[in-house]
Amino acid sequence: MEKQKISLVKLFFSMMTISAFTFGGGFVIIGMMRKKFCDELHWVTDDEVLDMTAIAQSAPGALAVNSAVIFGYRIAGVKGSLLSTLATVIPPIVIISVICMIYDAFSTNVIVQTALQVMRAGVAAIIVDVVIDLASNVIKTKDILNICLMAAAFIATWYFKVSSIVIILLFIALGLALSFTKKGKEA
Amino acid sequence: MLYLELFLVYFQIGLFAFGGGYAAMPLIQNLVVEGKGWLSMAEYADLTTIAEMTPGPIAVNSATFVGQKMAGLPGAIVCTLGCILPSLIIVLTLAYFYTKYRSLKTVKVVLGELRPAVVAMIAGAGLTILLLALFGTSTLSQINSVRWIELLLFTGCLFLLRKFKTNPIMIIFGTAVAGTLMYMVF
Repeated sequence: MEKQKISLVKLFFSMMTISAFTFGGGFVIIGMMRKKFCDELHWVTDDEVLDMTAIAQSAPGALAVNSAVIFGYRIAGVKGSLLSTLATVIPPIVIISVICMIYDAFSTNVIVQTALQVMRAGVAAIIVDVVIDLASNVIKTKDILNICLMAAAFIATWYFKVSSIVIILLFIALGLALSFTKKGKEA
Repeated sequence: MLYLELFLVYFQIGLFAFGGGYAAMPLIQNLVVEGKGWLSMAEYADLTTIAEMTPGPIAVNSATFVGQKMAGLPGAIVCTLGCILPSLIIVLTLAYFYTKYRSLKTVKVVLGELRPAVVAMIAGAGLTILLLALFGTSTLSQINSVRWIELLLFTGCLFLLRKFKTNPIMIIFGTAVAGTLMYMVF
């Protein structure tokens, strides 16, 4: 499929929409960005999405902000980076400012509570959809080592709650070790 | 000078909150509630509730919450800037090196090994949200009943996403409206 022409206006408004409507934390934002910038606009590749996620996760700060910085940079340089970061923080500033004023009515409203609860089903479907795409890409390579490593990392992060920084550092060490072996010579 | 103080406190939160989201909470409690006394414990509890009920990262949400309270909209903007400045500097530096060196052989191998791990981390976050949506808890031992409305919505949404590539924003909106109506009817 064809890569669509990069437009700063489109970058700004896409980032702002994603930031305004994405409930459920950093990794959901990554899923939404992948759908928009990789599946729909073809501005970045699948591998780049994963690389940038690893980098965003290795730096301090919110994953949503860090990924806006790096996606923006990759798409349109420093200018793109500043624009997409701005687009990411405008919705929280507006939303929180409004909610501060109507907090009591908002937090006790039954409809709001129910909507927030059921919305998770949609958010879960979006992230499961993205995970199916990403995991099948890894499985399609038929690289047994990578498939096993993916399974191991999944158990570590989900079941044993190992922090992502530790997982990333371990995999960097592993990659460095591998680069001196056969796999490194093939690359 | 209040603005400078707000900026510096949020700069620290942005700089030291490794691991995103909930990693920022103890820092906020330590610096904002106990250190500066800008929020009471009750307000801090409200902040936690609001952060869970709204989109946007907890650290950024709290920046607006505290900034608004201390110095209105300019305060909110100053806190938010302080909070994201470390991200901008650090991630831009990393992004620069990534773009420059990613075709080096060693970097290629390391990135190639990192990708499955990133997929696993996204999958882990996904499973936690899925369990929370369907069972109201993400702890396996506490699961005792399925929420049928959510299960129905989840299945329907996943079908729409896989089959028709429905826009995710529509999915989030759609589940909120359809689910709330279903809860009101049943």
